[in-house]
Amino acid sequence: MSNNAEDRWDGMDGAVIRLDSVSVRYRVPEERFGTFKEYIIRRIQGKVKDRDFWALHDVDLAVNEGEVFGVIGRNGAGKSTMLKVVSRVLRPTKGRVRVVGRVAPLLELGAAFHHELTGRENIFLNAALLGHTQRDVEQRFQDIVNFADISGFIDAPLRTYSTGMVARLGFSVATAWEPDILVLDEVLAVGDEAFQAKCYERINSFREDGATVLLVSHNARVVQNICQRVAWVDQGAIRAIGAPEEIVQMYREG
Amino acid sequence: MTSDVIEAVPLYDSGLKRSKAIEEAVEAYRYRHLIFQLVRRDVLTRYKRSILGVAWTMLNPLGMMLVLTIAFSQLFGGTRAYPAYVLTGLVAWNFFAQTTTASMNQMVWGGGLLGKIYIPRTVFVLSSIGTGLVNLILSILPLIIVLLITGTPIRLTILFLPISILSLMAFSLGVGLLLSTWAIYFYDVTEMYQILLTAWMYLTPIIYPEEIVPEAVRTWLFTLNPMYHLVSIFRAPVYDGAFPDLRQLVGAVGLSVLVLAVGWILFARKSDEFAYRV
Repeated sequence: MSNNAEDRWDGMDGAVIRLDSVSVRYRVPEERFGTFKEYIIRRIQGKVKDRDFWALHDVDLAVNEGEVFGVIGRNGAGKSTMLKVVSRVLRPTKGRVRVVGRVAPLLELGAAFHHELTGRENIFLNAALLGHTQRDVEQRFQDIVNFADISGFIDAPLRTYSTGMVARLGFSVATAWEPDILVLDEVLAVGDEAFQAKCYERINSFREDGATVLLVSHNARVVQNICQRVAWVDQGAIRAIGAPEEIVQMYREG
Repeated sequence: MTSDVIEAVPLYDSGLKRSKAIEEAVEAYRYRHLIFQLVRRDVLTRYKRSILGVAWTMLNPLGMMLVLTIAFSQLFGGTRAYPAYVLTGLVAWNFFAQTTTASMNQMVWGGGLLGKIYIPRTVFVLSSIGTGLVNLILSILPLIIVLLITGTPIRLTILFLPISILSLMAFSLGVGLLLSTWAIYFYDVTEMYQILLTAWMYLTPIIYPEEIVPEAVRTWLFTLNPMYHLVSIFRAPVYDGAFPDLRQLVGAVGLSVLVLAVGWILFARKSDEFAYRV
């Protein structure tokens, strides 16, 4: 196993995320076949046709260790698909994706919460979804509760929580363990301003500890403020990679 | 900083040529804590707002048994300890029916998560089996009480039960995987399956003794019905106090393992497409 791991380090050239000619194809049915019967009828008639939609096309990318890397582009340009490929949700149709380190995905916080379960039970469930053991959670439990600032409600069912509390708990669980790579999609529209400041503080401390941050946004200002390098994605391909000011300038003009 | 489950520096390589079935098995093991948490969630939330709570898991088959006994004990009066006969059959059948149905529903409705974060795709099906196992174990206590009340002696053969349960689990897991692979593409499968299940239950001797079926039909009806054999090897050590027929046992276990292998391989092969579909 260790030999194998050594081999896989080769060719990474110091990068922790590496995409080699990655393409992702979504098959969009020309018509929607809601039911089995419809599908069978169409199949017999030879009318089942899928339209190919390439969300990513031949993308090469290398993100270095400790870097804050931004991806900018319009809606539907392929930004989120890129994150999904990195966080292992989608396997690319073509090409190769390699990631070294533990990835913490910060996408749709609290999507997995169950509203009948208490805050406590949800913490364990959500942490398990991120691959943590019961013991891991027990060790961090108090930190998670404190950060989310919900201590009075921890044993109440989640349906009694406000939207802000749910979002805070989601962020708190997702970031309770320091990841090697933090993946952020349209960062932090969670909670009030005070909590947002706390979130940024935590992300910053991860950065200072050497974590790599991959961040996606269509907000040029956010990207310019915190990223060291930026890629501009357009229609599934990378148009340019470089310094934030330069790329943001190109994005605005193009 | 790193957790127990995940090794110090995990490496993900999408280009790695590994068998998907093996990769899925390795990942499912790595995420065993998640499977445990999902089972816990299912068991806890099912009765969260009810007063009797988990006791319903035990009362449910007992209630069914009572209804069936009242309805059919005259008809099948010749069957010794009819309530015990029905209950043993029901416990085994309910496990199969509930776990396979839950597998599909969890994939179709809970599968949205698969498009958001990485988790092994088999966790929903595996946790459905886990929840079913908890329910089955809880219903063994009322089963033993019914055996005692109806004067059925409990023999040491009952210790054979875990093997029957394992076989039932393997078969249900295999069927659950096949069904949920299919259901992702066609939601209709979940509805069709409910009708199929009803028919299948009446074709299996759960509420009627097998003797009432004419000898000539039995070969076709029972021999080719995997659930007949699985219910039989579950019933034998409890209700009959005897070891299952060896040929039947080997057949049932063999078939279960085969169905599991086919289901797992097909599911794993298709699993990369799920995130595109759900």
